[in-house]
Amino acid sequence: MANDLFNSFMTGPDENGRFGDFGGRFVSETLMPLILSLEEEYERAKTDQGFWDEMNHLWTHYVGRPSPMYFAERMTEHLGGAKVYFKRDELNHTGAHKINNVLGQILLARRMGKTRIIAETGAGQHGVATATVCAKFGLKCVVYMGAHDVERQSPNVFRMKLLGAEVVPVTSGRGTLKDAMNDALRDWVTNVRDTFYCIGTVAGPHPYPAMVRDFQSIIGKEAKAQLMEQEGRLPDTIIAAIGGGSNAMGLFYPFLDDKEVSIIGVEAGGKGVNAKMEHCASLTGGRPGVLHGNRTYLLQDDDGQILEGFSISAGLDYPGIGPEHAWLHDIGRAHYVSITDAEALEAFKLSCALEGIIPALEPSHALAHVMKIAPELPKDHIICMNMCGRGDKDIFTVAKHLAWDMTGSS
Amino acid sequence: MTRIDAKFAELKDQGRKAFVSYIMAGDPDFDTSLAVVKGLPGAGVDIIELGLPFTDPMADGPTIQVAGQRALEGGMTLDRTLELVRAFRQGDDTTPIVLMGYYNPIYSRGVAKFLDQAKAAGIDGLIVVDLPPEEDDELCLPAQAAGLNFIRLATPTTDDRRLPKVLTNTSGFVYYVSITGITGAAAPEPSDVAPEVARIKAQTDLPVIVGFGIRTPEAAEAIAGIADGCVVGSAIVSELASGRGVEEVLSFVKSLSDGAHRA
Repeated sequence: MANDLFNSFMTGPDENGRFGDFGGRFVSETLMPLILSLEEEYERAKTDQGFWDEMNHLWTHYVGRPSPMYFAERMTEHLGGAKVYFKRDELNHTGAHKINNVLGQILLARRMGKTRIIAETGAGQHGVATATVCAKFGLKCVVYMGAHDVERQSPNVFRMKLLGAEVVPVTSGRGTLKDAMNDALRDWVTNVRDTFYCIGTVAGPHPYPAMVRDFQSIIGKEAKAQLMEQEGRLPDTIIAAIGGGSNAMGLFYPFLDDKEVSIIGVEAGGKGVNAKMEHCASLTGGRPGVLHGNRTYLLQDDDGQILEGFSISAGLDYPGIGPEHAWLHDIGRAHYVSITDAEALEAFKLSCALEGIIPALEPSHALAHVMKIAPELPKDHIICMNMCGRGDKDIFTVAKHLAWDMTGSS
Repeated sequence: MTRIDAKFAELKDQGRKAFVSYIMAGDPDFDTSLAVVKGLPGAGVDIIELGLPFTDPMADGPTIQVAGQRALEGGMTLDRTLELVRAFRQGDDTTPIVLMGYYNPIYSRGVAKFLDQAKAAGIDGLIVVDLPPEEDDELCLPAQAAGLNFIRLATPTTDDRRLPKVLTNTSGFVYYVSITGITGAAAPEPSDVAPEVARIKAQTDLPVIVGFGIRTPEAAEAIAGIADGCVVGSAIVSELASGRGVEEVLSFVKSLSDGAHRA
């Protein structure tokens, strides 16, 4: 099927940046020429071996790729069913998958002669990755971060500052990730000549969703090769957590045409996907709308006003989702479920206890779904889950929720 | 011919520049903003731009962001915005109203239904910031078919190669954004703007109106002098935000329109 282009799920987006009805270029005129020139540059880079040679060199020697494919033996035994593998993207330099994409965008920025990089960040992982690569290349870096997130992700704020980035706490709107993205767009519209906007997820106007997916696809390509080597076959199920959806798209994309592989995205269910909207599950609890340059599923009220999401995980706390996920959801190629804060915390604890891996709260959501389905599946069923980030940044949040004393006195 | 086209024909006959003012519908509340809107024509406003509040106004500076939040917190909706227009139309059937905002509240309503309702309420044109020509099928073409003007923004980044694309399917007037930036930001230099206006006028017969960053009667005069008119938004919204009464706000608007009309 992979060779049958007429039925391939891997040909999107179309020339207008659409995945079905989703995606597009819903930006102000000031930005339009910028995203068109970015698209041109990316199209050139895509087929330029020199570009990919540089990427591969940095992925190997700076990021530490390939990330391991790890058989989680005690987790598998504990769950008593399917064989569980973790794709260890939390072992990347800077502790998450985010740097895969940042490297690509910064190399493009350099090709375009841009000297100032801006980024939005929620959990701070994308901000840290951007600050890191900017430090490496001597570029000025400004990171927009919701004031609320600055508070709950203080270790990452400190990291960004150490790396020389300016962190701007965003107080507009309600001071969360979506407001950080608004302010980053406002900065971009103001500083069009020298500034490159490094978006951290598979959202935003075309070409960002496709470009970020392509950079993150290294995850899925490696996973495929590694499982072929270790198991002699493809996995039966692949699972990843979704905020905007870049780690998931990176894992999913190379498997889209492998029809026998079941694909599951896990959204943040917060306190539960209910009428009070105390969650971030755009696909399970939202409807199509237009925000931040693309049409996708959004949390919104009846009047088209955007709602704030709610999640224990700052990295999943976004009212939208990448447009390609919206499309995969509508056509049924991928399935999307939600996991609550409480379930994610249980998974977090279990990964620490059984595997000696402190996961970020984001992949803890994916793991919680693995814990739900693995026991019911046969022992020869292979699940590959993306462990997309490590949990160092989350220990204070988790301690608070588990009511642990972090002062060391007890 | 829409009210906008008629207004520009009239201004041309009189040899006058257009003064366009922006306020946010429902800011700080429905009744106050209706009172201001009703007073605008008397304060010399030729065209009213009415902001449709949105939670995520990506092209707007802090002044208009906060105005939108105030309106939303006060219960403003798309329906209430249309109601405000209907209330205005009861006493004024000639002053054009351009609804300015973002696409999602319109998309959420459904384009066909929105266009019916907007037309019926007495709206004459639309400025939708996040709909570039690349997305014309969404709203621009259906709006023109429904008899509404679709007014496009041209910006300093819209180069000569791209300009025809921006001008195609634009009607009513062209809104030239004087700076790269958000509303309420730095003031434009008339000497920078003049060649840009000339560049646009070389490719269209539509009036070119300049906005963003104009705050004083002097600036209104200077900018209107090099174009077909100017827009003031944030400066007026700031007056409302600082707690000035309707009469005070309208007298400030009058000083701006006098400036523009001196040009």
